[in-house]
Parts: sequence; structure tokens; C-alpha cells
Amino acid sequence: MSNNRQGVFNKVAPACLLAMILLLWQLASSAGWMPRYMLPSPVDVVKAMASDAPLLAQHAKTTLAEGFLGLGCSVLMAFVTAALMDRYLFLQKAVYPLLVVTQTVPTVAIAPLLVLWLGYGIAPKVVLVILTCYFPLTISLLTGFANADEDAVNLMRAMGATRRQIFWHIKLKSSMDQFFSGLRMAVSYAIVGAVISEWLGGLNGLGVYMTRVKKSYAFDKMFAVIFLISAISLILMKLVVLLEKKTMPWKYLKEKDREEQ
Amino acid sequence: MTICRSKEDAAQANRAVRGSCVVQASCAAQMADGDRAADIAPARLAACHITKRFGGVTVLADVSIHLHEREIVSLLGVSGGGKTTLFNVISGLMKPESGQVFLDGEDVTGQAGNISYMLQKDLLLPYNTVLDNVALPLLIRGVKKEAARAEAAAHFQEFGLAGTEHRYPSQLSGGMRQRAALLRTYLFSDRVALLDEPFSALDTLTKAELHRWYLAVMDRIHLSTLFITHDIDEAILLSDRVYILAGRPGKIVAEIPIERERPRDRSFTLSEEFLDYKRRILQAMEKK
Repeated sequence: MSNNRQGVFNKVAPACLLAMILLLWQLASSAGWMPRYMLPSPVDVVKAMASDAPLLAQHAKTTLAEGFLGLGCSVLMAFVTAALMDRYLFLQKAVYPLLVVTQTVPTVAIAPLLVLWLGYGIAPKVVLVILTCYFPLTISLLTGFANADEDAVNLMRAMGATRRQIFWHIKLKSSMDQFFSGLRMAVSYAIVGAVISEWLGGLNGLGVYMTRVKKSYAFDKMFAVIFLISAISLILMKLVVLLEKKTMPWKYLKEKDREEQ
Repeated sequence: MTICRSKEDAAQANRAVRGSCVVQASCAAQMADGDRAADIAPARLAACHITKRFGGVTVLADVSIHLHEREIVSLLGVSGGGKTTLFNVISGLMKPESGQVFLDGEDVTGQAGNISYMLQKDLLLPYNTVLDNVALPLLIRGVKKEAARAEAAAHFQEFGLAGTEHRYPSQLSGGMRQRAALLRTYLFSDRVALLDEPFSALDTLTKAELHRWYLAVMDRIHLSTLFITHDIDEAILLSDRVYILAGRPGKIVAEIPIERERPRDRSFTLSEEFLDYKRRILQAMEKK
């Protein structure tokens, strides 16, 4: 019971703060503290979002497609490389530092190059998403594989399990926890990565829409698209959590089912 | 303790029915020429003259132990005395510097996959149901998933695990988890099981309950067990024989048969006979 109340409180507290911020913002805007064209009020933003809804939906479709394609490729690549790096230590020693270095290169810096090399289509966007998502996913999987209980691995060996069986029965499943925390990060990176690459050239997508409305000083639309991107990221993260619950039922056993004995 | 060096020794040892020389007898029988070996019924499991070093440190020096069918034998010794190392050698996870391990007369030194072992940590995989955990050794052996599940499920009643099939290990008590771990060990090998302090993490009452359960289960199944423990009472209550491993490097300093008939009940632990065994074991451990 008290647990339940705690849960309600946890939701109510941030909602109150959010409401207060919105209220203050609305006040600041309608009281004329800031010029309307510089800081549109929340109501203006909602209106802009509603009026441009079909257009936004169409652009969002492109961005989502790029994000998912990039994310899907990243997940596949991360599984393959992490598995190989876990199997062959020399590969891990060789590749790991390189992976870290690639993460120090800012995405905004390579995005224009990608456009030059790959054109204005979907390809440079997908590649950029891969570049941003692949690393956290690989690292989380690698950590997950390495975190497999050593005693459990030894027990499997004593039972005569092959390397592949150990990987399949123990390492893969015990890495799921880490993998999903990596995936939660990666989905938001994927959308942001896609948007950034669209800024630098493209025909469709939320990033393209963003640059257009910025150039026409339509700040209400600017805010609208920013909120849309946040909302999409939040929804996707929530979806990952749902997927996680589906994939790892053992982690989300109801409290009442535990320690019954 | 003397070490068998010749066939004469082996033959002499063969005459000793019980006692310290049985080890040598079975070892010698394994190592002797064919005709000589046939004289002596080979033990289920025999570890012969095992010496194991880590770096420059000798952990086990010429340790020989054996185990007959359906026997429960305890290996008693202080922590860090090389008991677990001996288990790792017997289970094939480690290769000894010298010595051999025989399972039913076959040399299995350094070969994993013949003898299963169970640890203080139950090592049930948290992401598998109890049924899938228990069926794991069958899957490793290559049994199809459904067949493995069916075979494993057939033993749940016998091991007092009925009703837990589709639960996760985190939903079970410590005692139930150890039962499941023992069933998994048994499904891996119904010949020999090595148990490394399997009950030592449990509270006194659960431990007593599991001892009762364990003796009852062992009465029904044909398993030979080698049991590591540092709990003298547990060793006397459960075993047919107790080996005492002591010293640095670890050596077998005594072998004490516990003659009391099985199944034993709790009243045995309060008897004069029990105390007498305890006294002998304590003396042997102090002597080194």
C-alpha cells in the first residue's frame, strides 16, 4: 500500500514541476517579458503543432525510418562484433581502443563529409545513426558477456559444454540486462543522430523541417518540432522498457511472487 | 599411510576389507596389469596419487581417495586446504601435475564432462525457470528441448520439488534452490556427484531439513557422492566414510569409516557413538 502511494508521489512530483514551468513560460510570453516571435507561448506551440500535424507526421516517418534502419544495423553489428571480441581476446585488445577513439569524433563534424560521400538520400543518415549507436551497444554487450557468472561458466564446462553452448545458455542471456540499458540510450541517440544528419542536407525528415522553419523564423514551429522529437524519444525508450519486460520476465517478477517460502 | 609401490602391495591391500589401504588397493588395481586388476572390484571413482601445484606452491601432495557405488564419502578439512582444488582435478577442470582419476575403471584425468559438481552457490541461472535450469545438463548433452524438459520433470516429485517447475530461482527459498541444484547435478551424471559444501550457506534449521531430505533421496537413487564440508557433524551424519585432508600441502591424514546403518535420523547426532566419531576426527585434524 505504502509502496503504491510512493509510486503515485513519484509521478505527481515531476508532473507538478512541469506544470509550473509551463505556467511560468506562458506568463512570461503573454505578459510580454520576451517578444512573442522570440519566445512563443506553450499555447502557440501547441497550435503550431496542430496546424502542421500532417507535415510533421510525414517528416517524422522519414526520420523514424532512418533511425530504425540505423539502429537495427547497429544492433546486428554490435552482436557480431561483441561476440567475436568475447571469443578472441586479441581482437578485443585490438578493436576496443579504436572504438573508444571513434567516439571522440563529434558526429556534427563527420556528418557533412557523409553527405559529400553518400549524397542527399537516406544513406548518410543511416550511417551516422550507426556511428552513434553502434558503440554504446557493443560496449554494453561486451560488458554483459564478461559479467557472466564465472562459476556458472565453470559448472557448464564441468558438464562438458562447448564454447558455443556456454555462449548460448549463459553469456547471451546474462548480457540482456546490460544490452537493454545500452539499447535505451541507443534509441534516443538514433533519433537525434538522424535529425542532425538531416540538418546538413536532405529532402525529407524532421531535421529538414527544422532548418526550414528556422530560416523562416517560425519559432513556434521550431519549438513544436523540438517537442515532437523529445516525445518520440520518450515513447521509443518506453517501448524498449516494454520489450525488456517481455524479454526478461525473470527480472520483473511481482514482489508478491518472491520469497514465498 | 604407505604408498603402494608394487603389485604385492596391491594384493595385500586387496585383503584389507575396510580402512586406509582400500585406496591403495583400488588405485593399484587400476594401474596394475590386466589380470591383477580383474581381482579387485574397481571403485566407482578413484583419484590416485594426485599432486597439484600452483606456481611453485604445492597444494595437494600425493592425495588418493576412492568412492564405491552408492557410497557417500566426505572430504573434511579447513578452508583453503585444497579441497576445492581436488574437486577441480577430479571433475577434470584442472590437470594434476601427477596422478590419475579413474571413473568406473576408465582414465578420465583432465577430461571435463564426466563428473558433475555442485557448489555452495546453487548457480541456478536466474533467467531460466527451475525446470529449464534442471534440464540444462540434458540440453548440453544434446537432448532435444522438449524431451529434456519431460525427463527433468519426471524427477521433480522424487526430489521434493513438485510445483516449482515454472517458477524462477529467485522465487524459491535457499533450501529449495539447493534441491534443484542437486537434481541438476543428478541429471548430469547419475554415477558420481561432487558436492562442494552444498549446504553450508543455509541456516541451521533449513540445513537439518535438507540433511533429512538428502539422506532420503540418496536412499532411492543410485548416486555415489563425494562431499566437501568443513562441518564435522554434517560429515558424520551423512557419510559412510570420512577423509580428512590437512596440512600444507594438503594430504589425506586419516580415513574414518562411519559404521552406523543408513538411513540415520537426528537421534544419531546426540548419541555417544556420534561423539566418539567426532572425537576421533578432531584428534586426527589436530595431529596433522
